[in-house]
Amino acid sequence: MRLTRLEWICLAALALLALGTIAVPAFARRDPLAIGDVLSLRLMPPFATDARGEFHLLGTDRFGRDLFVRMMLAGRLSLAVGVIGSVLAAAVGTIVGAVAAWRGGMVDALSMAAADALLAIPRLVLLLVCAALWQPGLATVVVVLIATGWMGVARLVRGEVLGVRAQPYVDAATALGARPWRVLLRHALPNALGPAIVATTLGVGNAILLESGLSFLGLGIQPPQPSWGNMIAGGRDLIVAAPWVAIAPGLALIATVLACTLLGDSLRDRLAGESGATLRDRV
Amino acid sequence: MLLLWLVVTITFLLVRLAPGDPAQLLVPPTASASDAARLRGELGLDRPLAVQYARWMGDVLRGNLGESFATRRPVGRVLREALPVSLWLGGGALVLTFLIGVPVGILQAARRGRALDRVLTVAATLVYAAPSYWLALALVAVFTYGAATWGLPAAMRLPAFGMRSPGIELHGGAFVADLARHAVLPLTILAAIGAAGVARYARTSVADVLAQEWVRTARAKGSSPPRVYLRHVLANILPAMVVLFALSFPGVVAGSIFVESVFAWPGMGRLMVTAISARDYPIVLGATVWYAALVIFANLAADLALPLLDPRRAG
Repeated sequence: MRLTRLEWICLAALALLALGTIAVPAFARRDPLAIGDVLSLRLMPPFATDARGEFHLLGTDRFGRDLFVRMMLAGRLSLAVGVIGSVLAAAVGTIVGAVAAWRGGMVDALSMAAADALLAIPRLVLLLVCAALWQPGLATVVVVLIATGWMGVARLVRGEVLGVRAQPYVDAATALGARPWRVLLRHALPNALGPAIVATTLGVGNAILLESGLSFLGLGIQPPQPSWGNMIAGGRDLIVAAPWVAIAPGLALIATVLACTLLGDSLRDRLAGESGATLRDRV
Repeated sequence: MLLLWLVVTITFLLVRLAPGDPAQLLVPPTASASDAARLRGELGLDRPLAVQYARWMGDVLRGNLGESFATRRPVGRVLREALPVSLWLGGGALVLTFLIGVPVGILQAARRGRALDRVLTVAATLVYAAPSYWLALALVAVFTYGAATWGLPAAMRLPAFGMRSPGIELHGGAFVADLARHAVLPLTILAAIGAAGVARYARTSVADVLAQEWVRTARAKGSSPPRVYLRHVLANILPAMVVLFALSFPGVVAGSIFVESVFAWPGMGRLMVTAISARDYPIVLGATVWYAALVIFANLAADLALPLLDPRRAG
């Protein structure tokens, strides 16, 4: 498959960001979590140079920590959570959907009933309930993203597998003596994966937004570990005195989600045809 | 109904199987272990899970959602106070969303590939990618603090917190005007994000319709562009838009969680966030059940409205 120019740009932007999130904190001169001389270093504006002669591209936060380094460290987490969360959610959804369609009967009825029931609760509400009830932190966020994100893909894959199942080549494979599982894995599933891949790509941006929202409310990644969401929360009451504290992580978040959305949209248009509305959760 | 029962059960299990003891949070830090144990007994938390479930389910069927652990007020009443706020905020935002989003989408499709379309697409995608709480903070910075600092006209100084001005009793027109001023920022954010999404969707739908033969026929007959768009294009995307409207309604109500907490509006979202951190199970359960009921109701409404709007599906 060849990528369009827009898709290359989005991928390159995301790759650059990923590289930055790995390299910048690694080469930072100071620990982005440690608090130093708060009084002389706190809330320096962007492009400021402090008394020690260190340059702060995006200024410092209320504890005098460099915002750019913290932002990149936060990006490491946000990207990882977004990608892992949506890929695993899609994987669970694919398995459930494929098995439901292939086995039919009780398995199908039960798993789809569960999916429908979970879909009937707005994802944000479900996410909040789950995130709040367990110990907040990285693992919880990922698990919760998976637990609340598999249903859509499961329905999608189930529909595709049901469609593929009626194709002559599936009958042909069965007639040649292939076992049902082999037919599912070798013949049916690969032909049903397109929409799932598109949904996953679109899901990354959404997952990043959801994670940031949880962290903003204090239910996700906990400080001092930086995440874009809790960095914005940290700049909330400084929005007048030091607006850059909240603005910088917000822009990073927007740029990332934008790249994921454009990439996903473009892939959907080319691969999945019309797969209907994908309105994001209103974080 | 079956779906609602499943939702109620799943929520109950989720909430009760989670670690953390509400009694510990409710008693004062100086209370003894026996105080906490007594409170657990009073709240029914010491019974087996099955008994708790049966009791709760029986109450729900009778329309009784129990009482809040923290304030001891009936959950039904607490929710009834908060729901209108969220419904007005979410509903108002949703109406604005479609009033702005659909025409913008049509406009984009009509000028597809031209400069206007490009600009609007970029704007919509940007807003679509921004989290509402961040936009909220940005707008607060500009219109609440900024307007005061930079000396913008008084009309542009918008309040950032609460639903009404504190400390003064207002009546009639002044009350409505005050409420409206407080609603401007939250509504703008919800409507902007919603409209961005709807415009993206409407643009694709309209572009699909514009490629149909009947549109070409209508144009060939000499129908004026407004007639083509209203009579042929709008009529054909309307069913999809109504479905989208119904389906996004619960999402918007739930989505005001962030806007409500930034702007301190006493709606369902804020209630939910407070109840979650206080481990006020009955409130969390009750709110989730209401949200789910809203989704199921919206789905039903969409199913019922579809044949009315699209004669082809009426058969």
